[in-house]
Amino acid sequence: MKHLLSAADLSRPEIDAIWELAEEMSEVQHREIKKLPTLRGRTVVNMFFEDSTRTRSSFELAGKWLSADVINVSAKGSSTSKGESLRDTVATLDAMGVDALVVRHSASGAPAQTAQWVRASVINAGDGTHEHPTQALLDGFALGRHFRASDPDFDWADKKIAIVGDLTHSRVVRSNVLLQQTLGAQVTLVAPPTLLPSGVDTWPVEVCTDFDAVLGEVDAVMMLRVQRERMAGGFFPTPREYTVGYGLTRDRLARLRPGTAICHPGPMNRGLEISADAADAAQSLVLEQVAAGVAVRMSVLYHVLSGETAATGGSKERRSE
Amino acid sequence: MTEPATKVVMDAEEISRALTRMAHEILEANRGRAGLILLGIPTRGVPLAEKLAAIIAEVEGEVPVGRLDITMYRDDLRRQPVRKVGRTHIPAPLDGATVVLVDDVLFSGRTVAAALDALKELGRPAAVRLAVLVDRGHRQLPIRADVVGKNLPTSATERVVVRLAPTDDTTEVRISQERA
Repeated sequence: MKHLLSAADLSRPEIDAIWELAEEMSEVQHREIKKLPTLRGRTVVNMFFEDSTRTRSSFELAGKWLSADVINVSAKGSSTSKGESLRDTVATLDAMGVDALVVRHSASGAPAQTAQWVRASVINAGDGTHEHPTQALLDGFALGRHFRASDPDFDWADKKIAIVGDLTHSRVVRSNVLLQQTLGAQVTLVAPPTLLPSGVDTWPVEVCTDFDAVLGEVDAVMMLRVQRERMAGGFFPTPREYTVGYGLTRDRLARLRPGTAICHPGPMNRGLEISADAADAAQSLVLEQVAAGVAVRMSVLYHVLSGETAATGGSKERRSE
Repeated sequence: MTEPATKVVMDAEEISRALTRMAHEILEANRGRAGLILLGIPTRGVPLAEKLAAIIAEVEGEVPVGRLDITMYRDDLRRQPVRKVGRTHIPAPLDGATVVLVDDVLFSGRTVAAALDALKELGRPAAVRLAVLVDRGHRQLPIRADVVGKNLPTSATERVVVRLAPTDDTTEVRISQERA
């Protein structure tokens, strides 16, 4: 695997391989010495052109625990704020000889574009309203663990997942839909009509505007964050009205089937899209998702950076053993 | 796949006899089973460690047996396609224990060196021993086995293949010419 740009690029065996290793890596997380020598001498650059604490620190820890050298470049204070183009910024870092670029950008497609400009591997850490593949991988990882706890031989095809909230502006939902399509789970998207993305009818999902109608029949609900900056956009009348229609309230929590997993990619707006009762419920996977984030990203870095093809990075030099 | 010229160098009975002797040698060197932990190195080291533990259990009693995957510690990760990483299971605390690493074939010694690196991060054993079914020579590092099933002189281009039931359909050690 040279790059990770879209959840759609991952085959089922690749997803399973990433999760299998993530399972091992989550054991490393509980060791006294959280360090593996695997990526010693390799350099990972976190390029975050958009604010993010959780994803950036999760990638940073993942790289450091695998002994890679990790540096962080943020848009603020970088040459981007002096007017340098994305192309020149990434080309500069690439020319320094780094091995992987982890890119978060507000423009959809920026990581894919970057991948065509550089020799290094590129990992999409969220681009605009497009995709966030490592988030989908860690959501699926946390869900898989949850499902396996009650049924070790569960089949994704038997699982129903509702994704609820601001679908239009969410990159998490796109990656999750693509990943779940490969896994075979049935996905229902739930949102007010104003927040349904255009072209959603062509997606391999069911669409529903009534949250209450799906409550009793799903195995997992993924709540998406309502982004504060969208509230002024006229997508829904008031936060209160959003909560009444689409929040996972205490009342809705009670109507879920027992054991229905609750996911949220964070950061949560308690009282808006998710009530405190739901966020702290026994079946809430919110903290498991965060913990899984580091393990899954360690696994992704391993799959992208270890191995012969990745190491030679497109150069012709190759050693015969 | 056309099978190149191969030769069986140990059959199931010989392997079984060698394992029995190895189990006794481990117990003898350790003066009993106290503090012993057997760790198999995937893939074939794991069933070997289990077989050794079973023999030890018959003679003196149970010993903890686990597995130590060393993929993440290899020094040749960049020279090969992405390797699948296996599971590690440490059955008992390593601090102060006598760990016996078990592998099928001892060749360059690099796997064992990686295993020692991996162990270092999991605990501080009082001693680490090495038990291998076949020592085929051609060491590239200063490493030797404490307990050896069979010393097998080979040329560097030959391949030594260990097959063990139930992981494989037969139990044998085979030597073959490397495919060009």
